[in-house]
Amino acid sequence: MDVQLKRGLLDVCVLAAIKNEDSYGYRIIKDIKPYVDISESTLYPILRRLETAELLTVRSAEHNGRLRKYYRITDAGLERIEDFKSEWAEIMSIYSFVTKEETANHG
Amino acid sequence: MDKLDFLLALSKRLEGLPDADQRASLDYYSEILDDLIEGGMTETEAVASLGSVEAIAEEILMDMPLTKLVKAKMKKRRRMTGIEIALLIVGFPIWLPILISLFAVALSVYVSLWAAVISLYAADLSLAAGSLAGLLGAIMMFVGGHPASALLFLGAMLVLVGLAILLFFGCNATAKGVWKLGKLTLRGIKACFVRKEGK
Repeated sequence: MDVQLKRGLLDVCVLAAIKNEDSYGYRIIKDIKPYVDISESTLYPILRRLETAELLTVRSAEHNGRLRKYYRITDAGLERIEDFKSEWAEIMSIYSFVTKEETANHG
Repeated sequence: MDKLDFLLALSKRLEGLPDADQRASLDYYSEILDDLIEGGMTETEAVASLGSVEAIAEEILMDMPLTKLVKAKMKKRRRMTGIEIALLIVGFPIWLPILISLFAVALSVYVSLWAAVISLYAADLSLAAGSLAGLLGAIMMFVGGHPASALLFLGAMLVLVGLAILLFFGCNATAKGVWKLGKLTLRGIKACFVRKEGK
């Protein structure tokens, strides 16, 4: 897949993973992995980028005697997901047009 | 490799980066390792599942702005010997102009690429303006009682409109290309620094 495209998609995946409740690195990866290939080292720059863009906020909380960082989505983050959905609706309609052409050509 | 070895190796690769950035990276990986272990892995398995330290460090470094990378590289350098400092000072009249001209060349290439883009847009704008003039001319000729000339102007206008629209797409494509080229170059420059860091 195109690198830029995948980057953008992963951003939205991470936002979706924290949409309903705050989450932490390990769990975000576990939640996303069944859908898209993501590793610990890919997640890190994404989290940093999303934090800089103020699409999520970070807080540290204690867990089993150590600190764990929890990520919470911001309003701008929620908006980003909505933008993605409406963009994707458009892409899907283009996709159905493209595949329709193909089936027409190949019989 | 256990968790401590891994974190030490990683911090060595990130040497020279601002403290806050180093700490944030180490905290993140420390937390992930703890969680992996809590999830049932042994310490060695957890570290192995992350992949190579080099790849991880490269990913972190490539995400840093170029300025931070350059600073990190400068800081990481060993201290210079007396002879090196003396050579640096004596060679100053030679290396400074070379350095400046290298920068100037790179900058002028970049600026002239954008200048080309801007002039393409300007050409496009002039085509559009020409077509507008053609339309006005056609109206004036028609009102003035020269329908044949009016038709000629109208035709010219249509040709110009067509060219303007075509060129507009060309302009956009060129601008996009130059933008992408700039980004690629920046990534290339960064990659030079990151690879050398690893050694």
